[in-house]
Amino acid sequence: MTRILIKNGRIIDPANGIDAVGSLYIGDGKIVSVISAPADFQVDQVIDAEGQIVCPGFVDLSARLREPGHGQKGSILSETLAAASAGVTSLCLPPDTKPCIDSPAVVEYIKDKAENAGYPKVYTIGALTQRLDGNELSAMFALKQAGCIAVSNARAPLGNLLILRRAMEYASTHDLLLMYRANEASLSGAGCAHEGAVASRYGLPGIPEAAESIALAQALELAQLTGCRIHISQISCKQSVIKIQQAKKYGLNVTADVAIHQLHLTENDIEPFDSNYHVIPPLRGEVDRQYLRDGLANGTIDAICSDHQPHDLDAKLGAFPETEPGVASLETLLPLTLKLAQQHRISLSQAMAALTQKPASILGLSGGALTPGYSADVCIFDPEMSWRVDRQNWRSAGHNTPYWGQSLRGRVTNTLQAGRIIYTLQESS
Amino acid sequence: MSSHIQLTDQGKLKHFLTIEGLNRELLTEILDTAESFAGMSEHQVKKVPLLRGKTIVNLFFENSTRTRATFELAATRLSADVMNMNIATSSTAKGESLLDTIHNLESMHVDMFVVRHALSGAAHFIAQHVAPHISVINAGDGQHAHPTQAMLDMFTIRQHKKRFEGLKVAIVGDILHSRVARSQIVALNALGVDEVRVIAPKTLLPAHVKTMGVIPLHDMDEGLSDADVVIMLRLQKERMNSAFLPSESEFFRCFGLTEAKLKRAKSDAIVMHPGPINRGVEIASSVADGPQSVILQQVSNGVAVRMAIMTMTMRSLGGMA
Repeated sequence: MTRILIKNGRIIDPANGIDAVGSLYIGDGKIVSVISAPADFQVDQVIDAEGQIVCPGFVDLSARLREPGHGQKGSILSETLAAASAGVTSLCLPPDTKPCIDSPAVVEYIKDKAENAGYPKVYTIGALTQRLDGNELSAMFALKQAGCIAVSNARAPLGNLLILRRAMEYASTHDLLLMYRANEASLSGAGCAHEGAVASRYGLPGIPEAAESIALAQALELAQLTGCRIHISQISCKQSVIKIQQAKKYGLNVTADVAIHQLHLTENDIEPFDSNYHVIPPLRGEVDRQYLRDGLANGTIDAICSDHQPHDLDAKLGAFPETEPGVASLETLLPLTLKLAQQHRISLSQAMAALTQKPASILGLSGGALTPGYSADVCIFDPEMSWRVDRQNWRSAGHNTPYWGQSLRGRVTNTLQAGRIIYTLQESS
Repeated sequence: MSSHIQLTDQGKLKHFLTIEGLNRELLTEILDTAESFAGMSEHQVKKVPLLRGKTIVNLFFENSTRTRATFELAATRLSADVMNMNIATSSTAKGESLLDTIHNLESMHVDMFVVRHALSGAAHFIAQHVAPHISVINAGDGQHAHPTQAMLDMFTIRQHKKRFEGLKVAIVGDILHSRVARSQIVALNALGVDEVRVIAPKTLLPAHVKTMGVIPLHDMDEGLSDADVVIMLRLQKERMNSAFLPSESEFFRCFGLTEAKLKRAKSDAIVMHPGPINRGVEIASSVADGPQSVILQQVSNGVAVRMAIMTMTMRSLGGMA
């Protein structure tokens, strides 16, 4: 195995409290040493990271790869390459593929494809219910055996609260993390935008915050009752932050993440009927964004995820309500997270933790850190390098992002997964 | 969000998609132009050759009798050729097929699309994708806008009240689902009325309704007090099935316009309705057919106002006869 020395970089490893300029030593696919040089270290390859930041590879809690089943939108190959170019070394694939991830066969298929692609490690999230129908429990034990890291019903609703209760009891029986997307379908209905001033003006069917916070409150109550370990995915509003903060205060073992775009965009940013702003949960108000940012700063929200959802052109071509929701967001994850630190919303170390140590710990992985002995999953990036979101710089098959055509600051130069260089930025002429 | 897409670089109307973003001067120009067409229907020869040689397609993805008829009449009086396309929407009708339809028609060298669609933003979407020489007029998109209806209402108000300053306007009924109300509210505020009140139960008002520039009220006596203009909205029957309202009779009791309630308004108040009316649901027949009702004038004004908008958009794109 190649022995790699990454030198002169600013090493930021929140899990180990490291923020110093120095060298990182990698051998046999693992972290060998940080800062201090190990004895007898024969170097095969040197990466000079001067002026750059060296940190653990990012762990993304939610990224759609669109395979199997939605090949027109992307593939495991195209989207894991996009992930590698974004500094992501591990990602979680939600179960709403087609067929959905409710059988070991689908898990195996994805695992094979991802290993052949050879980019980041792909962790499958198993379906909580068969066919994601919301009524019959999936074979969670078999899914876990096949390699699923957690279970979730993705955006599909559950039949009723009793099913959620049983699902929690059963998931915790097998020590499986339940990832929950809070949404009371009867309240969100056919909504496509935040129920606020903008949706009212533009006559867009609204989704009230309560659609999320009510479902969230119910899930927290049931987690309390059942002792199930739950993680709340992609919260969007003030009341959700408050409810999670309360639950944590009283000792409930709950974690939460937020999609990166929710920390920057609000309903007021929506260009008239531009379907690139159509996301679920919808872009909320200023107050919600402030609560999300504060929640991240004070630890109520643990992690930032991309909630990457690449789409084909046709999916976004239509009147706003009929277009498919979602943003292709892997490649904007780092620059937009750095922007929070640049704007002093959170410290750089907090920003890095929200992409590395925190999500790894939610998943129970020994990763997201540069601890000697851990898999050498490393991201090297230039925090000052500006780049334009355009065809030349973009890897994902989905071009659906509100940031298309804009310049962003912060660019990954190298990504290593288990000691292998899976991505190197080619200097453009 | 703004809507510069409908204006040329010189600030002239290229498309007519929404009242938002149009200033008072432009709205007044529409009304003045409509004025010049208004007398025409009494003439022996009801046609002018302004749009001779132009092809206008009425593209209706949603049913409509009156709006389509007035657009057709307006186009005919301007000597344009008119083609009516009624495209039944199904739930599977997607953006692609919408665009395909548009591009197919484009290749027949049409000059203008008049579009009605059940989804908010559909007219915007089409305007963004048509060839640059084509003008798009929104004849109602989802719950978003119905700007030609709003302008014919403004025309009717000006006919009776001469000016907008100082007017108190009450809009009554299902504001939540009404594209007509949304366009009227923007137009009334842009033209400088004193106040716009919306009167409805809370189930039929949009969220943060005050940010739209209106005073929300839930009581007819209070809402109609001293009003100069009372605009009643059509109540769709299906609202009873989705817990917006208990019954038509209870709605009529609280928010239906009767002669007694109308007495709260100024004695010279006018009563308007975009039609078609539900007698005994939102309005009593005695009021709809009464001396203060201008409902039928609204319909006839619709032709002149649509002629004005068609002429202005075609003129801004050049090549008008």
